[in-house]
Amino acid sequence: MTESMVERVFVAKVESIPLVAEFVTEQAEQAGLTAKRLMQLALVIEEAVINICNYAYEVPPGEVTVRIHTDAGRFVMEFEDGGVPFDPLTVAEPDIKLSLEEREAGGLGIFLIRRMTDEVHYRRVNGRNILSVAINTP
Amino acid sequence: MEILTREERGFTVVSVSGRLDAGTASDLEKDCANLINKGGTKLILELSALEYVSSAGLRSVLAVAKKLKAAGGGLSLCGLTGLVQEVFSIAGFDSFLPVYETVEKVVEKG
Repeated sequence: MTESMVERVFVAKVESIPLVAEFVTEQAEQAGLTAKRLMQLALVIEEAVINICNYAYEVPPGEVTVRIHTDAGRFVMEFEDGGVPFDPLTVAEPDIKLSLEEREAGGLGIFLIRRMTDEVHYRRVNGRNILSVAINTP
Repeated sequence: MEILTREERGFTVVSVSGRLDAGTASDLEKDCANLINKGGTKLILELSALEYVSSAGLRSVLAVAKKLKAAGGGLSLCGLTGLVQEVFSIAGFDSFLPVYETVEKVVEKG
């Protein structure tokens, strides 16, 4: 497969999630991801975008740039925002062994992203947050 | 997302189909809160027609389960498949909520 890179900017609001999913899914299908992987990808997209909608901007809505790289063996998505510095990978993982009374709702989004992808990275570049996730392709 | 509720031998069965996501999760929480307030404290979430669930959906289910526990009742899950089963399992929700194949199996157990 040839290397490619595409990107699109979306308004960072809940209503944009289906539009981001549509944009990414089109690329993912071309990259040969399985139906199961596409469903997992939809989940990763929602979790990444909703974090930006909820926490990135002091005055919402801001924007989110979604960038997709594909090369041999990897499908990489980047979610970039210009909001307050925030590394989601520093959020404590939920303790999944706790009882109902003890369980809290926090941290599940990034936890699901980690489990549904092969690699997750965060970097802060020129005042922007970039969350990068990679999925190995068949 | 579509929510259908019915009574079955003392249980309140809530069938959820479609997508339980950031756009719809609060509706499930509201509907369940209404059912609990009306006395439906033995609640079954029947999810065989649910295609998708995200952390927003998990948060609603957790809130409903806590509310039921506080009301002296409980929540059971059934009909988990595909991505939905995977997400509930990764999040460890199957360790603190009873999971059954079908509504019938929950009702049989009482």
